[in-house]
Amino acid sequence: MQLTDSRDIKAAPEAVWAAILNPEVLKDCVPGCESMTGSVEAGFEAAVVQKVGPVKARFTGVVTFSDIAPGRALTLTGEGKGGAAGFAKGSAKVTMEPIPEGTRLTYEVQANVGGKIAQLGSRIIDGFAKKMADEFFARFQQTVEGPPPAEADGADPETADEAGEASGEKKGWFRRLIG
Amino acid sequence: MPKDHGIGASSKRREDVRFLTGKGVYTDDLALHGQTYAVFVRSTVAHGRIKAINTANAAAMPGVLAVFTGEDFKDVGGNPAGWLINSRDGTPMREPKRPVLAHGKVRHVGDAYAAVVAETYNQAKDAAQQLADDTDIEELPAIIDMKAAAADASNRVHDEIPDNLCFDWGWIEDNRATVEEVFRTAPHVTTLELVNNRLVPNAMEPRASIGEYFPGTGDYKLTTTSQNPHLTRLLVAAFVMGIPENKLTVVAPDVGGGFGSKIYHYGEEALVLAAAKKLARPVRWTAERSESFLSDAHGRDHVTKIELACEKDGTFLAFRTETYANVGAYLSNFSTATPTFLHGTLMAGPYKVPNVYVNVKTVFTNTAPVDAYRGAGRPEATFSLERVIDKMCRELGLDAFEVRRKNFLTPDQFPYTTPVGLVYDTGNYQATLEKAIEMADVAGFGARVAASKARGKLRGLGLSTWIEACGIAPSHLVGVLGSRVGLYDAATVRVNATGNISVMVGAHSHGQGHETVFAQIVAEKLGIPESSVEIVHGDTSKIPFGMGSYGSRSLAVCGTAMTKAVDKIVAKGKKIAAHMLEASEGDITFEDGKFSVAGTDKAKTFGEIAFSAYVPHNYPLETLEPGLEETAFYDPANFTYPAGAYLCEVEVDEGTGKVDVVAFHCADDFGNVMNPMIVEGQVHGGVGQGIGQALCESTTYDETGQLLTGSYMDYAMPRADDVPFYNVDYSCQTPCTHNPLGVKGCGEAGAIGSPPAVVNAVIDALHRGGHTHVTHIDMPVSPNRVWQAING
Repeated sequence: MQLTDSRDIKAAPEAVWAAILNPEVLKDCVPGCESMTGSVEAGFEAAVVQKVGPVKARFTGVVTFSDIAPGRALTLTGEGKGGAAGFAKGSAKVTMEPIPEGTRLTYEVQANVGGKIAQLGSRIIDGFAKKMADEFFARFQQTVEGPPPAEADGADPETADEAGEASGEKKGWFRRLIG
Repeated sequence: MPKDHGIGASSKRREDVRFLTGKGVYTDDLALHGQTYAVFVRSTVAHGRIKAINTANAAAMPGVLAVFTGEDFKDVGGNPAGWLINSRDGTPMREPKRPVLAHGKVRHVGDAYAAVVAETYNQAKDAAQQLADDTDIEELPAIIDMKAAAADASNRVHDEIPDNLCFDWGWIEDNRATVEEVFRTAPHVTTLELVNNRLVPNAMEPRASIGEYFPGTGDYKLTTTSQNPHLTRLLVAAFVMGIPENKLTVVAPDVGGGFGSKIYHYGEEALVLAAAKKLARPVRWTAERSESFLSDAHGRDHVTKIELACEKDGTFLAFRTETYANVGAYLSNFSTATPTFLHGTLMAGPYKVPNVYVNVKTVFTNTAPVDAYRGAGRPEATFSLERVIDKMCRELGLDAFEVRRKNFLTPDQFPYTTPVGLVYDTGNYQATLEKAIEMADVAGFGARVAASKARGKLRGLGLSTWIEACGIAPSHLVGVLGSRVGLYDAATVRVNATGNISVMVGAHSHGQGHETVFAQIVAEKLGIPESSVEIVHGDTSKIPFGMGSYGSRSLAVCGTAMTKAVDKIVAKGKKIAAHMLEASEGDITFEDGKFSVAGTDKAKTFGEIAFSAYVPHNYPLETLEPGLEETAFYDPANFTYPAGAYLCEVEVDEGTGKVDVVAFHCADDFGNVMNPMIVEGQVHGGVGQGIGQALCESTTYDETGQLLTGSYMDYAMPRADDVPFYNVDYSCQTPCTHNPLGVKGCGEAGAIGSPPAVVNAVIDALHRGGHTHVTHIDMPVSPNRVWQAING
């Protein structure tokens, strides 16, 4: 299964870079993620609960980082074991380039599943993977950028003001966190 | 008026009463005192090196009695291949060991590398998962594509086999040069590349086995889902476990379908026996449906290039094929015979084609083992031939019926030696073709095309003729061809004192209806009611010997053995009658259940003779032993050659690509027919499976060797609304010349003849709709593929 897409994020490449290496951010962005701990050097240990078609399982595994070009590109590789459900593994090659609006994040995802998920869920696995990727990057974008303006207006006018001040760049939870 | 009794009657299947009322007894129905449960730990990767298996956690779990890994079986024998095939250069095939449990490497998804035995099924299941979690397997690149596997020595299913080839077989190698010369000079050559799609057998009853060990005597008992209990006993005892055959009983009780997949011995059978011995308790295992998908021997899976050389008028000059045949990760028992001697030898079809050359490269891949499945090699041969002939007819603008008529062997040419090594004893291919044309109302086809068109559908007519070699097989001949066993069969007819009869037969019935048909034959021959005859099968402790049920052989081979045993009973009965009637043996005749002195009214009934044999108060004890029980072995002189012609009509929806089979006509020559109803049922079942292969069934592994069609959500079995009402005829009969019943076998026919008829019909429909660029669509001819072909 292969998936290639890109997203424009209204944040500077350094902010995007820092976010993608932050286990807390990844935990919030990976759908169904229960825990994500560790370091970039040693890799992150992750636990994710997901349901693929008829198979629901808790996948545990390690995400490692390679081909690190700070601020520009990296590859995330991971394999999760889901017990009786089988396994899922894959890699995402992520590149970042500055654009006037912020950062263009391009990703090439390669994923494979094995065991019961492959036998029972293959029909839906491509759609599932795309949905997972879409959801991840949507959350990631939202986390880095902060809530969209309409919602932000209602929920936190102060954030919107701040975002306005920072030359059209929204300043979300994460940006505030890292200053 | 049709007979209502004996040979030729449509006696109702007596076994169906228990099957349909839930009173059948299958392996999983047996409950044994002290029984334990085995669960297998199977690889989730297609190819991997086993680095470590930590059994400690699993062994300590509640209820766990024993844990086994490949290490425990590394010193016992492997499960052997039954046929030795030599490559074109004379070297013997590569035969990697097939262990009870994978050792060192796992070679396909579903390859069992460990097993857990526990008090309950759930405990065993939990511990098996623990064991899987505690196993370190280094995944290796999977070898899936056959041509890539044969071209890449760097990645190997078996480390000792560099090119992943089991063998590269030429048939007949000496004819290769001549055939090439014919192709160089032929006025026309048609070439077709095709795939014969891999099938999962999907017997209704999954495989199941129960092992028992009796420490007091050292005896073992294996109850298992087998088409072939004696062969299983031979393999598991002599080859794998080293148990003397007299210490092992194999019982195959009611078995819910096999279609080939239950011919073979599987490692699970050896495991439950070994575990039963270790624990001195019964050990049982029943496959889950997922396990069946992953580990039953699959069928077909050929990639073929076939060429037909002919005159411009369609007269065949030569066939040439190059086939890659998948054997999967290990050699299953018949896997080397299926793509060779059950395939290449049929590549002349029912035609008088002078030159044929067949090349088969058999390739190991990281997929489940592939072996014989209903038809086994002959459907592949028939599909290749009938598709390339259909393509040739279109290329040259010839009539498909005329081309067959022109090339058929004629009835006066039998016995006929084919260029691929068989001797057809008898046949009348013209008769079945004309019968099919009449049944299908080919004359009215044009009107039906118009009617379909009016409904917005394209209608097509597809013809396939077929022939097979079955009733396998003459032991001498198959020995020459590489078989490591003889393929005779045996039966014992035991007449009890009160005249009723138990017949112990080597053939195993798992849906075929032997219990009914065999009783009909015995009843007819002895002039007694069918209800007085009981057929006993599937128990090595009761039956002299048997080579099982497959290859449409039960009636032709075992039925003949039974008939010969009945003849011996009659011969002995005549001796007893001569004594009782005070006549000379030569004057005794036997008819309608009575032994009579010719030309007199002096007679004794069969029952009186039987009683006298067991209560020999007036009996020639000096010259004749008491009792009335005879055993016969029968080794056939030749294969049998049933043949036929099938016509399929389809409607294709151009908008969606959906194909509906709207009519299917079968004109078959099975020789003499013992029970017409059962023959029709066999043809229905076979054609249903063939339509399933043609339209629905696809076994798909992804490039990493994951089985993507591992359940009925993704593997499409044909349903009732995918098949039409069949029109079946078996009136064209040329009885087999070398068995006394004159029978040929009908079990595989439908699955052999139907796939090309369906595909030819689809191509015909598309051409009638103007889509003449479509020359072939690979099976399954799914709506997607048809739509792509139309719009491609």
